[in-house]
This record gives sequence, structure tokens and C-alpha cells, in this order.
Amino acid sequence: MAYTKATQERKSWLPWPRGGNQTMKQTTREAIYGYLFILPWVLGFLIFTVGPMIGTFVISLFDTDFLTKNEFVGFQWYRSMVGDTLVHKAFINTAIYAFVTVPAGTILALMIAVLLNQGIKGQSIWRTVYYLPSIVSGVAVAILWRWLYQPDVGLFNTLLSYVGIQGPRWVFSEEWAMPSIILVALWGAGAPMLIFLAGLQGIPTSLYEAAEIDGAGPITRFFYITIPMLTPTIFFNVVLSIIGSWQVFTQALILTDGGPNNATLTVVLHLYRTGFRNFYFGYASAQAWVLFLVVLVFVALALRSASSWVHYERV
Amino acid sequence: MIQIGQHRFRSFSELIYRAALYTAVIIGAVIFGIPFYWMVRTAFMPAWQVYIFPPEWIPAEFHPENFLAPFEVFPFGAWFLNSGLVAVLSTLGAVLSSALVGFSFARLRFPFRDAIFLLVLATIILPEHVRIIPTYLLFAGLGWVDTYLPLIVPKWFAPAFHVFLLRQFFLTIPKEMDDAAFIDGCSPWSLFWRIHVPLSVPALGVVAIFQFNYEWNDFLHPLIYVHQVNDFTIALGLNLFRGQLALNLQDLMAASLLAILPTILLFFLAQRYFVQGIVVSGVKG
Repeated sequence: MAYTKATQERKSWLPWPRGGNQTMKQTTREAIYGYLFILPWVLGFLIFTVGPMIGTFVISLFDTDFLTKNEFVGFQWYRSMVGDTLVHKAFINTAIYAFVTVPAGTILALMIAVLLNQGIKGQSIWRTVYYLPSIVSGVAVAILWRWLYQPDVGLFNTLLSYVGIQGPRWVFSEEWAMPSIILVALWGAGAPMLIFLAGLQGIPTSLYEAAEIDGAGPITRFFYITIPMLTPTIFFNVVLSIIGSWQVFTQALILTDGGPNNATLTVVLHLYRTGFRNFYFGYASAQAWVLFLVVLVFVALALRSASSWVHYERV
Repeated sequence: MIQIGQHRFRSFSELIYRAALYTAVIIGAVIFGIPFYWMVRTAFMPAWQVYIFPPEWIPAEFHPENFLAPFEVFPFGAWFLNSGLVAVLSTLGAVLSSALVGFSFARLRFPFRDAIFLLVLATIILPEHVRIIPTYLLFAGLGWVDTYLPLIVPKWFAPAFHVFLLRQFFLTIPKEMDDAAFIDGCSPWSLFWRIHVPLSVPALGVVAIFQFNYEWNDFLHPLIYVHQVNDFTIALGLNLFRGQLALNLQDLMAASLLAILPTILLFFLAQRYFVQGIVVSGVKG
């Protein structure tokens, strides 16, 4: 507080002027610095976001491999997609993946976070155990899980055999391949869990104490305090999860290579193959645009619904 | 009052509740941890034991030399260094640039600031994979294919999600800091570099770990841009390795274990700051 007086008498420009003695020059200088500092994002936005978004659309109007052919075809690729069963399959598979992993992953993460938030001893150790799988995503994890799913001597069927169950053929069977990939995604629930834990710690304990005095049991407290207070965090996790799940690629490529019989062909895997393997960059770009629109629709739905269930009041 | 050891429980139902709680936490932890065990166990096994039926839980004899096999067949060490180089340079750029941008959005005032920040938030929801083809065309045009530049350079332009996290954090630093600094004749740059950056180490650490892990685990981008085996990142290398030695599972597990080790070590080293950082950057929304 020693500098309160000085603050009021300041002569230099300030970021949060409270007095009336700021000059035009000060705010202008601050604005110049402000714009200068956000320049990295602005440039990146133009070069790596706006440019490529427009680029994807323009390329989608061409039949091109970037080398030998370059032919304008208008909306031909979009028409092709309507009748392309492989593209349908990719979108349907990815939709199934997203519709399961988004709610299941969020609920699982929330459950673990709530469990760990009950004043458990050694919380940091448990937190680490649940969180670790989510930081090692990628090729190594996909390789590991392919081994866990090995039908004869893999971990899962070994465990199932102990309780007398003949396990499925997991990634090697058409109907179990997609659930197998979804399970890998759920193993990564530690990331949203950590965000939920942070959210839980932000709920004032006074709310729980007041509810307890009013005779509310643990279940009532959970549904009437924890859930409403966490809705912004839930919303945040759901939106991130929607965006991530529609872009699933590595697991589908390594675990199953899109198989068996395209049961795990995902949109990004298919557009990678269309573009970078078969060199139909126009067609791949058209698929990318449709993917973009699909994600946009789901995020927009989440945003629109937010006003009815996300509580932003602060205590 | 029920006393068990040094623990006191107010009632019998509370005792049952605590018991059920710990049971659930332990069972869950076993489920989450057991794949790691299976990986380690396979990595140390002798070849003959890997496919034995019924499977055994403990290696009959320990074969740490399984961990040398990847280095004998492939430039495994080089792949590690390549991944490290890409991850460190990307992370450096992502942290520096998004800190500067986040600071500006949180602490400086300029026209349309909040509108522009909304645009930053909007770009978070744009799926990155939608843009890979024109981005590839751009980098191919620059002659950057088969270099690491396409993997590193975009990260120096303030990834939107990191900007969001760091802005949230910078907002929590008391405003009096800025006032005091300006009285002392600080420029906005030194306010950022000398005051806000040192105060934000946990939040910067969170961003650094996110970016490092993302880069270390990234598969699609290296797959598109890097084609020479010696230049492979560890993700590409593992993928190649798995194709070549499909049957040598103990070596593959040893290689995979080595590949995830840096991210795990990094997490343990930074864990305290990391969790603290997540809490204070207030991803609460």
C-alpha cells in the first residue's frame, strides 16, 4: 500500500489508469505494444488458420495431385462423397466413436475426480496413477494395446479366462474393433479428470457445510451442489472432447489400420489415405471441409445448449 | 466413535463409506495401471516365454538386453534425439509466443481486444487436421518437406489453447504489480519479461508439458513431413519397428517403454508445479 499515493500521482502511462491524468499518448503507446505482442498469434492465425481454411476449400474444387494434374472440377468431389460408401463408413464410424467417448469419457473422468476429492489419503499418488495413461498417448500406447488385445495370450483375455469367460478377438474382429479403440480412449480419461479436480477444488466448502446442516445427504449434495458448480468445467471438457474425438487417427492406424473390413476406418485416416497415399488431394480436402462442418455443428449445438445447463454464477 | 488404528470414524455408516471409497479408488487404479505392468513384464521376458499359454505374470528370467535390441536394428538413439530436438524447439516457441500473446490480452488495453480474444477462442474449436493439406502445400512450396521446420515453426505462432490458459493465469496476478512496475519506469516488455514471466512459472510449466507431450506423441505430422529413416521421430520409428519385427514382441515392448519414458519422467519431475499450475490457470471456465 506504500505506493498507493504514488499510483495516483503517476505521470507515466499505465495499463489500468484510474485517475484522469492519462494522455492520449499513453493509451496509444499501450495499444501499440498490445498489438505488437499479439502479432505472433495474428500472423499464425492468418498463415496457419485462415489461409489453410480457404485453401482447403479451394483445393476441394480441383482434381489435383499437386504435380501432374490440376483440373477445376467445381463441386464434383462433394457429389462423389454422396455416393461413396467408404466415406459414409468413415463418418459413421467416427460418429459412433465420438458419441461414445465424449459422454463416457467425461462421466468416467468426473467419477474418478469426485472419488479422489473425498479427502483420500495419498491423493497425489492416486492422481498420478490415473493421470499417467493420458500423457503417454500415441504410437507406443497403440502398440501396447494391440498386445493387450492379443486374443490368446493378451492381458484382457487372460484376465477374462480367470473368471471363465472366453474373450472376444478384440481388434481382430469386426464387431469388437471399434469398442477396442474406444477403450483406449477411455484409458486417457486422466486428462479431463485433472481439470475436474481443479474445478472441484474451486467449489467453496461452505456450500457443502450449509447443505449438510440442512440435512442434505451425499447424493443430494452431489447433484445439487457438485454438478451445478462444475457445469462450466463439464462444458469445457465436453467441447474439447468433441473436437478431439472427431479427429481420431493414430489409434485407428496402429491398432487396426482401419480394419477389419473398415470397421475402424475414421475420417482423418480416410482423408490421410485419400490425400497422402493416393494423391487425390482435392477429394481429401472436400472430406476435410465436411469434417469441419460436422465438428462445427456439434460444437455449435454444445454452445447453444450451454445457456440452459451451464451455471456461471460465482459464489 | 469407531477407532481403527489412528483413524476415527463418526459412525458405522461412515466407516462403510470410507471402505467402499478406498476399494473403488484402488480397483480403478489397478485397472488404469495394469497395462503398464503388462508392458514392463513383456519387455523383460525371454523370447520363449512371451507367447506361452497360459500367459505368465512374471518373467522367468530377466532379460534387460531386450532394451538394446532396438538400438542394434535401427537408429533408435537418433530417433530419440530427433524427437527431443523437435519437442524442445516446439515447446520453447509455444511457451514464449503464447505467454507474450496471453499477457497482452490479459494486461494491456487496446481497441477490439476482447473481440480479438473471442476470435482466439473460436480458433480452438477449428479441427487442426482439416487444414493439413493446404499447410502441406505451403511447406512443400517453401521446400521444407523432409525438414523439421513444418513441425516446429507453426508452434512459434502462439497456439490458441495455450494463449487461453496463460491469459487466465495472468489475470490472477494482482494489478498493483503493473502499477508499481510502471512507476519504476518499466516498459510493457520488461513488465512481461521481468515480472509476469517469473511469477508464472507453474502455468508456463503446464503449457510446456502439454506441448512437449503433444510433440513427443505426435504421429500424423511427422508421418506427412519426414520420410528419411534416419530423420524419423520416435513415433515414426516405433511404427517402422513394429512392421519389421512383428514377432519380436519383447523387443517391441522394450522399445515402446523407452519411448514413453521421457514423458513420464518429465511429469514426475514437474508434477508439483504441474498440478498447481492446472489449478491456478483455472480451467474452471
